[in-house]
Amino acid sequence: MAMKYNWDWSILLCRSPEADPIGAVEPTTPGSGSTEFGGGAGQTFDTGAECAQPYFEWIVSGLSWTVIVASAAWVITFSLGSVIGVSRTVENRTVRAIATAYVEIFRNVPLLLQMFIWFFVVPELLPEDAGRWIKRELPLPEYWTAIVCLGMYHASRTAEQVRAGIESIPRGQTHAGLAMGLTRTQVYRYVLLPVSYRIIIPPLTSDFMGIFKNSSVALTIGVMELTAQSRQIAEYTFNIFEVFTAATLCYMTVTLIVVTIMRFVEARVRIPGTIALGGD
Amino acid sequence: MFGDFDFQVIFDNLDILWDGMLITFLLTAVAIVGGILFGTVLALMRLSKFTPLSILAGRYVDAFRSTPLILVIFWFYFAMPIIGLEAIGGLGSVLIAFTLFEAAYYCEIIRAGIQSITRAQVDAGLAVGLTKGQTMRFVVLPQAFRNMVPVLLTQAIVLFQDTSLVYVVGLKDFLTAADLIAVRDNRVVELYLAAAVVYFVLCIIASLWVRKLQRQYAI
Repeated sequence: MAMKYNWDWSILLCRSPEADPIGAVEPTTPGSGSTEFGGGAGQTFDTGAECAQPYFEWIVSGLSWTVIVASAAWVITFSLGSVIGVSRTVENRTVRAIATAYVEIFRNVPLLLQMFIWFFVVPELLPEDAGRWIKRELPLPEYWTAIVCLGMYHASRTAEQVRAGIESIPRGQTHAGLAMGLTRTQVYRYVLLPVSYRIIIPPLTSDFMGIFKNSSVALTIGVMELTAQSRQIAEYTFNIFEVFTAATLCYMTVTLIVVTIMRFVEARVRIPGTIALGGD
Repeated sequence: MFGDFDFQVIFDNLDILWDGMLITFLLTAVAIVGGILFGTVLALMRLSKFTPLSILAGRYVDAFRSTPLILVIFWFYFAMPIIGLEAIGGLGSVLIAFTLFEAAYYCEIIRAGIQSITRAQVDAGLAVGLTKGQTMRFVVLPQAFRNMVPVLLTQAIVLFQDTSLVYVVGLKDFLTAADLIAVRDNRVVELYLAAAVVYFVLCIIASLWVRKLQRQYAI
């Protein structure tokens, strides 16, 4: 298995034959017409078209879409997940049953299929006007769909963390709160939720990382995020090793940054007297 | 609301869907077995006292856990032919990708399982004259796996759902088969909903079973 492959990192500086489809990055510096860096395989695409961009800008554009989609989805995940997680712990049976059904449905259907259903099936099942609005008038429909889908999919996981956090608090605390004259809502607001959020920061962090990575699934409905962009560059240039390495490094860097920040946050909000972190 | 829909198309294409399901099962089975075997090796490396080994395994796990599965699939699918392994084919490279990817996740589960065994068990093993390897093999691992079974199976259910991602390289698993029929016969709504029901039923049965097992197996 002799390796017949010419590594050529300058490919990322080469200009592409056409613009980044989503156009998130402004067309680059005019004047520098063609591929001045072009070596190796890149020479094939000596274009000089006005809209041409170096490939690394596609990667930057992809990375920013990944971060935007993941962050927006996380807002949905966190709010909806909290509501559903709390609903699973209340006394009302109907509320609990609805929340449980939500979690089971969204956890047990593959994300990719959910993506397809949100994108292709939901507009068909909605009232005609709403369906047409989504298909025709909503700007960037794939991006909104991906955000809603990712958000609702991961909400089922976050809900389980929130529930576990609340259930890990000894019943005595609820009773103490009620005995002091707090209403049930106040017990949640002032006793249960503040404590449980502090406990579940590590699993919430890994949930966020899950959303970040799973945003790549959105490429199947046409979202030009990082993986999609790197795949596209690979198709144009065939320099797959450089391109996929660059994308992998982007994912690893963001992961490292988030994990480092969250470790700091975790240490700051740690409940004194618990062994949550490091056990000291 | 479903007046215009024709669910007959699903029954007309059962054979295609079944062939797809077989690929899905194959992927799941290979990735579970390969992932647990290699994951155990990785976990033992991570816990080893020999620092280079544990660092190597740690880097491996971190790298795979911070990369999306789709990108890993692309890596193997496109790289295999270039490094001169065309013979492996699409299915082969995806199988390798899944196994290596899942091994990183299984490694963390198995490591946690091994670490949940108290130190005293190891000391007791050594005290009755077992070697280190024998202590691991006959004392620690059997108990650790018993503790881990529910988590390993839950991960297997996640993996079963994740196999649908082979769609991105056009491998005909269950979801891709449903998608092909959907597009060919212009029956998108029916086939996607039917596929969702199939995945849901299979996964919910499996997770109810895991929950039952969890109660039985608790030490």
